[in-house]
Amino acid sequence: MDVGASVAAVFREERGRLLAALARRFGDLDLAEEVTSEAIEAALARWPVDGVPPRPGAWLMTTARRRAVDRLRRDRTYAARLAVLQVEADRANPEPVTGDELPDERLQLFFTCAHPALPAADHAALMLRCLGGLTTAEIARAFLVPTATMAKRIVRVKKKIREARIPFRAPEPDELPERLPGVLQAVYSIFTEGYAASSGPDLQRLDLAEEAVRLARILHRLLPAEREVTGLLALMLLTHARRNARTGPDGDLVLLADQDRGRWDRTMIEEGRELVVAALTGGPAGPYGVQAAIAALHAEAADLASTDWPQVVALYDVLLALAPSPVVALNRAAAVAMRDGPAAGLALLDELAGEPRLRGHHPYPAARADLLARLGRSGEAASAYREAIELAGTEPERAHLRRRLDALDR
Amino acid sequence: MKYMLLINAGAVDEQGGAADCTPEDWMVYDKQVRDAGILVSGESLADLVTATTVRVDADGRRTVTDGPFAETREVLGGFYVIDVPDLDVALDWAARCPGARGSGSIVVRPVADFGA
Repeated sequence: MDVGASVAAVFREERGRLLAALARRFGDLDLAEEVTSEAIEAALARWPVDGVPPRPGAWLMTTARRRAVDRLRRDRTYAARLAVLQVEADRANPEPVTGDELPDERLQLFFTCAHPALPAADHAALMLRCLGGLTTAEIARAFLVPTATMAKRIVRVKKKIREARIPFRAPEPDELPERLPGVLQAVYSIFTEGYAASSGPDLQRLDLAEEAVRLARILHRLLPAEREVTGLLALMLLTHARRNARTGPDGDLVLLADQDRGRWDRTMIEEGRELVVAALTGGPAGPYGVQAAIAALHAEAADLASTDWPQVVALYDVLLALAPSPVVALNRAAAVAMRDGPAAGLALLDELAGEPRLRGHHPYPAARADLLARLGRSGEAASAYREAIELAGTEPERAHLRRRLDALDR
Repeated sequence: MKYMLLINAGAVDEQGGAADCTPEDWMVYDKQVRDAGILVSGESLADLVTATTVRVDADGRRTVTDGPFAETREVLGGFYVIDVPDLDVALDWAARCPGARGSGSIVVRPVADFGA
């Protein structure tokens, strides 16, 4: 890693905080981004020479605000428009008391990025930009779209934030149940893209999964009492703990059944398990808490056979009631196959045959193929594997399915 | 910041009113908007059968036609322009509007500001 990148990583936390505080103060994301970058550049130039100031956060904030004032002096029309914005922003949220440290106003920014008035597809991109500090090119790579396309999407959402005046404001407690799921969904979508890339040469993109974990940790610190935030963090940790066992030496996919559980990250599992308990205590469980509980059952089992499958199925039943979806039903069917045998699982899978959301979803034919193979129905299994190979998005997944196809006893 | 709330009526009853709310609902809402001191303007539009469309072609010739008639399910039934600090507040007022219920909907559009 070059020096610039490692220093940039050091400033990641500060960058998000600075941007959040400035966005709220000026009511303008573009200006906040511009002066945040300038302040960090100034720190990179000055600190190695002058030494790190006693209050780094305050130094960055003062520098950024000074740059903003300069910018506003140069551009009077912009300043006039912003002055109105500021008055109204202060009317809506009074200035917080600031001490030595930078105030953490990132919660506001999370909710602005995932505002329901912005397209859901862009929530995660905006979060990576504002709170993750990724460049447009890095975000484009994350979502496997051309940089120009991503740049256009980001410009469009920022224009809407500015012109429709979407506030930098955290919702009131009574609004949280409506607004929090959108934020969690965006963070989780970053994680799933990192955990199981939808396409491309690599199965896992660990930097992206780690960035999602980092964002969930920030959110958990800011909203410690929200059990679904806790549940999401737990789910991601318990899943991410398996990262080293999920791919073989050549980047090929290793299924849960075949993973070397000794390579699971035990520290991360422990942290995840403690969080699961917190997520499931003190009220009805939410969908992330239940999924985390399922992940915890896998983490606790010595191997696939000794997994508490009845409990896994019971948790999928809870999850289906909370958040009905054919994808959850598919996972439940796979768990039923482990509990009651392949025929029972296959019967459930066949009930899902007409589901539009499973059309084009390669795990569906792959799961059918596995169960058909276990039942000795090789011919049908082969055609289901071929269907799955056709649909799979990454090469490691296709290679894995081809190996299963070749191993069929015909 | 000014926002226009465009009130689209979904299903309309025999009297031409929105089927999902009563005239009393509208009176209560209208009073709330006025009492909050945010009202810039607001009107309820007469029945769509009274609408007339005007077009002027490249030669300056005017064409006047009857209608339009509802080709889509949603028909603009009225509007408010309100002055509030930000979109969240505007969305709250839109959500309270009786026209948002049932098959109706409210489109919230910021009024363009050309730097007065």
